[in-house]
Amino acid sequence: MRLWRRRHGAPSLDIVAGNGLVNRRALLGGGVTVAGSLAVAATTTAAAAEPLADAPWSLAVGDFPAPVQTPSSFEKDVTRALSNPNGELRTAHARTPHHRLGGTITPNGLHFSINHGGIPNIDPAEHELVIHGMVRQPLEFTLETLSRYPLVTRTAFVECAGNSAPMFAKEPLQTTVQMLHGLVSNAEWTGVPLSILLDEAGIDPAAKWLIAEGADAQFLDRSVPVKKAYDDALIAIYQNGEHLMPGNGYPMRLLLPGYQGNMNVKYLRRIKAINQPAYSYFETKNYSQILPGGKTWRFHFLMEVKSFITHPSYGLSLKQPGLYAISGVAYSGTGRISKVVVSADGGKSWGEAALQAPIHDKAFTRFVMPWRWDGQPAILQSRAYDDGGNVQPLRAEFVAMRGEASRPVTTPLAFPNQHYNSLTSWSVDDKGEIKHVYA
Amino acid sequence: MSMRRIFVAFAFLLTAGTAVAQDTGLGKPLSESDIKQWDIAVLPDGSNLPRGSGTPAQGARIFAEKCAGCHGEAAKGGVTPYWPALSGGQPLTNGIDTVKTIANYYAYATTIFDYVRRAMPYNMPRSLSDDEVYALTAYLLVINKLIGEGDVMDAKSLPQVKMPNRDNFIMPYPDRL
Repeated sequence: MRLWRRRHGAPSLDIVAGNGLVNRRALLGGGVTVAGSLAVAATTTAAAAEPLADAPWSLAVGDFPAPVQTPSSFEKDVTRALSNPNGELRTAHARTPHHRLGGTITPNGLHFSINHGGIPNIDPAEHELVIHGMVRQPLEFTLETLSRYPLVTRTAFVECAGNSAPMFAKEPLQTTVQMLHGLVSNAEWTGVPLSILLDEAGIDPAAKWLIAEGADAQFLDRSVPVKKAYDDALIAIYQNGEHLMPGNGYPMRLLLPGYQGNMNVKYLRRIKAINQPAYSYFETKNYSQILPGGKTWRFHFLMEVKSFITHPSYGLSLKQPGLYAISGVAYSGTGRISKVVVSADGGKSWGEAALQAPIHDKAFTRFVMPWRWDGQPAILQSRAYDDGGNVQPLRAEFVAMRGEASRPVTTPLAFPNQHYNSLTSWSVDDKGEIKHVYA
Repeated sequence: MSMRRIFVAFAFLLTAGTAVAQDTGLGKPLSESDIKQWDIAVLPDGSNLPRGSGTPAQGARIFAEKCAGCHGEAAKGGVTPYWPALSGGQPLTNGIDTVKTIANYYAYATTIFDYVRRAMPYNMPRSLSDDEVYALTAYLLVINKLIGEGDVMDAKSLPQVKMPNRDNFIMPYPDRL
């Protein structure tokens, strides 16, 4: 209920849903002040202000620019979480610290990375990409020749099919949003539409699949529908304006927006047009799912509509009652985010969150919801909708369809199953401590 | 013709799709024989399997020498938590987190050949001969009781191996392919 508007026409800090959720349009500009409408905030900062003094860093000449700048020394804890820090001969994961980031673009140094056979040190002058198989004329491209095409740029998330896999555990693991959901990131990618290169090679209309293969030490390969290649696939050569990070596929990778990360083949060296899927190791084993009852899903490529709250979340406790912004990311492999709703009372009531523009197809959209925490227990949740009419399933709905792990899950590094896209719930106790719960 | 008409005609050509695909001259033409060394993907119907053959007994010897260091003696696992046993497996009805194995999960035996040839041994990929890969594939199939001790694996016999879980897969979005 809107009681009154301020003189700039901005909404007041009205409560729109249970446990203190505030109108999403509040505090988004227009000169709104909070005086008078935040009765609960009166209890917050009691200490008398100190007289202001000049800080030491203002009284001496600072450092000078480095050729490549790195984050502030005060940000040294903003790092990826490594599953294989000692470089044992096995797969290595590096997870994005979502709870320490804002906006939608994942900085290149913090983009998640999974390498099944190590990160190859590729000389771009020697790297070749071949397109062959059911084509009129096999062709070879290099970074130099691809760079001569009129390049296109788009934003897209890339998500490992195993992201959020700890959420299949029967009991919620007490860990950060980074450990639960750190195998998804979002970047601006620049490259050549794959359809242009397939047309140039003259792909046979009878070819329904492509084998995409990397130049890593597994020659990792996946079968990709030709239909997806002509929809929105790119050969990406830039990531957020610079050439790809080595962990993300330098010097070129396949980008299949909205499809499971493993299919976005890195170090791309070969595309072969074929008439049947290859049943490669990764599509045969890791990236297909066992369903309750023992049937199995194959070629479940889509990363479906999903969201999670990054602020506040496990590890970021609330210091005192008052105004906070509940914020997180939403994305969908089936389109644009159309709506995100947020609950502070474990799903009993929901308020619509503000979405930060621009809202891109198959990309992160950040949602924000002002919240007056009154110091009482709360359970925070988000739920996303996309413009294809898809909605993030409630946990009970998801578990009914996809099941839960039969054995205890003791580490967030485990992958009991794949393609989890249900809700994440954070409980806040009366001291402001945050736990991961199922609700 | 006015510049505007020329522009419209050109725009039409650009949007007309594959029918007017232009040769940019940027792709370097190759022949399939140039690509032979890279063309390693084997398909479920056996296409692209190389010449050569191997037996389970030969495979057992190669396994002991080149694979058991990680996968354990007789492929029973146990060296580290990360390198799995390669034989056996529980029924998939045990749970959605049942460990996926060759015997309980793989749809096609060609996948074993393909993956061993492209990615194993982990620290020395592409170091095995095609005969060695056939032999290792035969060994893995025998210890999973999917072929007999005397069976020889080659381009003809490998695609014929019947994998128990083959007909247990469903596709969630067939219309998207």
